Amino acid sequence: MNHPIRQNSFKPPKDLAEYPVGTAFPSGHLVETNASWRSHRPIIDALRCSKCLICWLLCPDGVIHSSKQGGLEIDYDYCKGCGICARECRQKAVTMEKEGL
Amino acid sequence: MMLEQKAFLSGNEAVAAAVRLARPHVIAAYPITPQTTVIERLAEMVEEQSLKAEYLHVESEHSALSACIGASAVGARTFTASSSQGLLYMAECLHYASGGRFPVVMMNANRSLALPWNIYGDQRDSLSLLDCGWIQAYAEDAQESFDLIIQAYAIAEHPDVLTPMMINLDGFVITHTYELVSLPAQQDVDAFLPPFQTTNKMDLDHPMSLGFTAGPAFNQSFKQLQHLAMMAAVTVIDEVEARFRQFFGRHYPGLLETMHCNDAEFILVTLGSVAGTVRPVIEKLRSLGERVGFVRIRYMRPFPDAEIRKALAGSKAVGVLEKDISFGFEGTVFTNVNSALMRTKVVPPRLRNFIGGLGGKDIAAADIEQIFERMKSTDDGESVEFI
Repeated sequence: MNHPIRQNSFKPPKDLAEYPVGTAFPSGHLVETNASWRSHRPIIDALRCSKCLICWLLCPDGVIHSSKQGGLEIDYDYCKGCGICARECRQKAVTMEKEGL
Repeated sequence: MMLEQKAFLSGNEAVAAAVRLARPHVIAAYPITPQTTVIERLAEMVEEQSLKAEYLHVESEHSALSACIGASAVGARTFTASSSQGLLYMAECLHYASGGRFPVVMMNANRSLALPWNIYGDQRDSLSLLDCGWIQAYAEDAQESFDLIIQAYAIAEHPDVLTPMMINLDGFVITHTYELVSLPAQQDVDAFLPPFQTTNKMDLDHPMSLGFTAGPAFNQSFKQLQHLAMMAAVTVIDEVEARFRQFFGRHYPGLLETMHCNDAEFILVTLGSVAGTVRPVIEKLRSLGERVGFVRIRYMRPFPDAEIRKALAGSKAVGVLEKDISFGFEGTVFTNVNSALMRTKVVPPRLRNFIGGLGGKDIAAADIEQIFERMKSTDDGESVEFI
């Protein structure tokens, strides 16, 4: 599952020739994180996870991805902590842990 | 050998016939007098499958143009049509289309604006939207309306331009008047007008974020690019008209048309269908030895800046006749003509602004003769004269 990741640098256009035609740009060019108000973070228990992907399907921010290790992982740069994945997981493999503990 | 046929069509039917030949993918429109018969004909063409397009029934003009913008954003050729109150209801979306560089083509039936409620022709609707970033052309008759629609796609979709275009037809005088119109064959239009191709679109292989925000650091540059694209249209219009002549034989003179201007002392500037009333008056006055001339503005945006200066140089008096007024000042066409003239060191000694035809009020040949009499007068007169 290909997904956008945060870019480390944004190079602004230096002159008119570097601007895009129209107000369009290739999708996924993320330059800022967006998760600072998350109060609880979802944790996936890889042993309980059956990889049914319902969390991937229902995540409103599209931050759940398959990891190189074979399980699922969450991009905490953009997860808002809404808890939908934890509520919907049929294996009870996602738990919400309070941030800052 | 070019295959063409002639048909007896109203201006609106000529527009619909041209749109069919241009093969749009998506048509979205909302009916309003005097535009309605354009989209009625197109709906019939889609139903009988002589035009293979998605025809969207929308709930408003705002939605009609929004749908065209969305379709254009995935690379579709689009058409919409409106008039008067409907055009103004679209106003917000007009800026979206031009700012996003989506080359939607629209026909506008020039009609008065309420109140008092009125369905007849004047040009206050489109002229009040000159600043929305659309190319604006004004037709004189049904044949020019037809030809402008075909040319509009070639101009608007040109990679140097990518700017939406509005073709204006005087309500009823052009939209509902039947004339003999030459219709080229589909294969010739296909050769003249290849399918729309743009990089400014979203597709599955190249996902794009469309319609993004640009803050104070970047916003003005996008507006500057829009202006440059509109100015580039000046050259593209000439190129497209030259190609059009090669394909279809009809010649158009660019941003404006002149008649007897070379030695004219008194020149009338106007636009749209009233030109048909002016021409015989010019010939009559010329036959009486009067050195009168005529300028018909075909494009209000991009404005024929240098062309106006050239056409009016050496004249004693210039009159601008328009179906429009910017309340509290003067007619908008007059303002534009004056601004172009002020860039030259030789401004004609007298400039007069004639406002007529509002709400469909008739402008007769006798009125045009009276205008030329007024132009000869050396009194200061009113800054704006209603005829």
